[in-house]
Amino acid sequence: MKPFEAPELIPAFPEIFLALVTMCLLVFGVTRKKDDSATVAHFSIFALLAVAVVVLRFSAENLTTFNGMFITDAFAVYMKLIVLMGSAVTIFMSSRYAHSQRIARFEYPVLVMFSTLGMMLMISANDLMSLYIAIELQSLPLYVLASLQRDSVRSTEAGLKYFVLGALSSGMLLYGASLVYGYTGVTNYDAIAHVLKDEPEVPLGVLTGMILLLSGLAFKIAAVPFHMWTPDVYEGAPTSVTAFFSIVPKAAGMAMIGRVFMGPFEPMVEDWRQVIVLLSIASMTLGAIGAIAQTNIKRMIAYSSIGHAGYMLMGIAAANQAGIKGIVAYAALYMAASVGTFAVILMMKQKDRMVENIRDLSGLASRQPMVALSMAIMMFSLAGIPPMAGFFGKLFVFQAAIDAGLYMMAMFGVLTSVIAAYYYLRIIKIMYFDAPADEGLDTSTDPRLNFVLTLSTVAVILFIIVPAPLLNVAGAAASALLGG
Amino acid sequence: MITFPILSLLTFLPLVGVLFLLCVRGSEESVARNSRATALLTSVFTFVLSLYMFLNFDKSSADFQFVEEFPWLPGFNIKYKMGIDGISVFFVLLSAFLTPICILASWESITKRVKEYMIAFLLLETMMIGMFCALDMVVFYVFFEAVLIPMFIIIGVWGGARRVYASFKFFLYTLLGSVLMLLAILALYRSFGTTDIIALTEAGIPEYMQKWVFIAFFASFAVKVPMWPVHTWLPDAHVEAPTAGSVILAGVLLKMGGYGFLRLSLPILPEASVYFAPMMFALSAIAVIYTSLVALAQEDMKKLIAYSSVAHMGFVTLGIFTFNQQGVEGAMFQMLSHGVVSAALFLCVGVVYDRLHTRDINRYGGLVKNMPRYAAVFMIFAMASVGLPGTAGFVGEFLVLAGTWQASTLMTFFAATGLVLGAAYTLYLYRRVVFGELTKPDVKAMKDINLREIVIFAPLIVLVFWMGIYPSSVLTPMAPSVARVIAPYQEAKAAAAAMAQPAVVDTGGVTSKEQTEKEKEKETSPADETHDAGHGEQE
Repeated sequence: MKPFEAPELIPAFPEIFLALVTMCLLVFGVTRKKDDSATVAHFSIFALLAVAVVVLRFSAENLTTFNGMFITDAFAVYMKLIVLMGSAVTIFMSSRYAHSQRIARFEYPVLVMFSTLGMMLMISANDLMSLYIAIELQSLPLYVLASLQRDSVRSTEAGLKYFVLGALSSGMLLYGASLVYGYTGVTNYDAIAHVLKDEPEVPLGVLTGMILLLSGLAFKIAAVPFHMWTPDVYEGAPTSVTAFFSIVPKAAGMAMIGRVFMGPFEPMVEDWRQVIVLLSIASMTLGAIGAIAQTNIKRMIAYSSIGHAGYMLMGIAAANQAGIKGIVAYAALYMAASVGTFAVILMMKQKDRMVENIRDLSGLASRQPMVALSMAIMMFSLAGIPPMAGFFGKLFVFQAAIDAGLYMMAMFGVLTSVIAAYYYLRIIKIMYFDAPADEGLDTSTDPRLNFVLTLSTVAVILFIIVPAPLLNVAGAAASALLGG
Repeated sequence: MITFPILSLLTFLPLVGVLFLLCVRGSEESVARNSRATALLTSVFTFVLSLYMFLNFDKSSADFQFVEEFPWLPGFNIKYKMGIDGISVFFVLLSAFLTPICILASWESITKRVKEYMIAFLLLETMMIGMFCALDMVVFYVFFEAVLIPMFIIIGVWGGARRVYASFKFFLYTLLGSVLMLLAILALYRSFGTTDIIALTEAGIPEYMQKWVFIAFFASFAVKVPMWPVHTWLPDAHVEAPTAGSVILAGVLLKMGGYGFLRLSLPILPEASVYFAPMMFALSAIAVIYTSLVALAQEDMKKLIAYSSVAHMGFVTLGIFTFNQQGVEGAMFQMLSHGVVSAALFLCVGVVYDRLHTRDINRYGGLVKNMPRYAAVFMIFAMASVGLPGTAGFVGEFLVLAGTWQASTLMTFFAATGLVLGAAYTLYLYRRVVFGELTKPDVKAMKDINLREIVIFAPLIVLVFWMGIYPSSVLTPMAPSVARVIAPYQEAKAAAAAMAQPAVVDTGGVTSKEQTEKEKEKETSPADETHDAGHGEQE
């Protein structure tokens, strides 16, 4: 009998640390009599940034632990950094909003942190079992967050909808995982790759399992046709939570898909590539067309995020170094623009009441020129117009797709980006061209939102001048994942 | 010799003005005043710098000069590379020349959001100059597409009644063209591992690929030129844009398409260019005749000049695809003269529009009686647009016709017909606006052009005559570069003629690699070589 060996804990230290801090904050919040949400929020931001620093220590290493169920490499490190930054920024942005919407409870940051922890584990998962656990850890707090506004019908509906569909997707994912296990006999990524490599022909069961697995994963990143929940949940959830939804889980989901399909299923690349190409084209098209008719800005952003998931999937479909590099860069640049966009959406108030209609932005350019300018820059970036950063994200994934010979997909990509440009331009048109409405938006008084907006505007503009840091990081991540 | 990176300095100097403008604070009146002054100062300074650059430009060389190269996107073989030759140097000058004129022209007509307006114009200047200097396709593309942002804002915010429609049409139309070019650039990058324009010229792209890439580039440049049938955004954009917006649109933005053909399509895709030349000829001929007829029927002054722009740009594409010295030089000259003349015509429209706030031709008439100075100025530019000898318009059209004659007699016939039609609609416009009875009371009350407007028109008038009387000052510096661009074509033609001499015709032709090798051999005397290359048989 093998003697019990304690697993190496150091590679998972950031996750363990985050888990401990989160639980401490939970206990702290529960034991305090009076409302202490602000303290918890501050602590959580601090903790997330601390974890980010710790994570960065592992950037040059390639370690596995827990019997190969957990892996940390440069790819994991940089995707985790994106996730941690995104989480910290959303908590940072939402403090005043949370107070005004009376959702400022200590559970809010704690839930965000638990979800972040789940995402970090998702990125580092190297086994179907740890993958499933990580996904559940990520999803359950998200369901609760969506319905955080208990008194609002829309919010609770969003949470319930998200939960039911999320459970369905988890079921598909589990079913797929069990099929893969049944036909290969292993759940570890490396072992699966090993088994599949020796197979002369991929068994139908594994193929089915892979498709089901992909369906479950596609749900998490809201790729068409598993996007149904997105517009409703984005619209119904409190805006700060919507910001979190659209920024963070997408990056984590992409990282997870990247690792699963570049790892265990790498030998069957020709089989899954066509599925991902289809998902990508469908997402880009629906994202572009669906957003045109929207009047609610959160709903519009939901469709926009579906489209962006499609663009990121192009990088997966390319299945090469350039593709992974493109995804890492895209995720970071998309986050920069999304954060800024949501900072503006969180500023949208009339007489201290939050408004969400796109029309409410009319005449913003004359009332608050700097906010309007920043928002315009964000929109141009999301539309992928140079010289904004968003263009380069698109450039990299298109380059990867062309490199892999996927001309058709790239063609769809650029054409849908022209369609999508229409609704981003519409926001600019409303802000700049239209006559100001009788009642404009209140001037933003939240210094945090102004700070975040300034920061992301600067990032989006300056990327063209200093692209090297991000590209070097993305290159390191790609070679870590693909071992090249 | 210039030791500092002058092209980058030229490109980004307007951005310094933008930074100053962003800091301007105070009452609305003082902000407007200071913004105008800052923008004018910045653009004049940029223009002076561009003149300094031109003085140091070696006019006898065909090579790229002032080349700058910096690593840009790590991990990709994409560099920030700038440099100019005899072709691009004039477009840089044109952009730097027209921007201060545009700012002066908007001095009084733009009263709301002056600061933003000036920022948009300076941004536009940066994008334009950067695009003409770029020697890397991705850099080129970034500037090429970034132009859309300020122009979209200029049309949409300060435009006329249907400005929203026009700005969206402008933006989406051009974006659709450019994204296809992006794919072609990436495909070239995949095959040759570089986006350096000079390196790709020598890469020897297979003919099959050339055709696809040509189509993608065509989609982008044809929209920009604009060629028939993708010209429909132009009349809308011109009509709705403010005067200065129309000036820069006609003066520089349209040239981006022609420049793109000259800089990218011709040198990089020689076989595809020859293959598609008949199509380009046909589209150009249709543009020249059809849009001239359309212009004849217009009631809106700006729309009329917009359609005339399409017709004039038809001459440009015609000249470019003749692949001979006269044709390409003529196309270049036509672009430059059109840049000056159509800009001036839009300014002429702007003068009367500022006074009467209508562009309807029928609302005017008899202006010669109360605005004699204006009538004289308008006359000069109308004549230049017609192509009267002695003005800038004549040289370009004549050279294009001379070049086209060598390529196709039929096309020359169509183009010459276009000249007649051009005279018809321009003179018809002039007669209706300036001559006739001065009956309408509000037209009677219009004042003649003031000092500011004279200052705007004076340099344009000087330029129109200068280019018309002494064209070699423009043609000589560009000749070596033009010869370099068309050298492979002349080689191929000469080789084909030599092959045709024996009884058995070998259809194999000349591969591009052989061509480039030959081109290198002949580089010692490209100008003499090409001038008599029509007689290739003498070999």
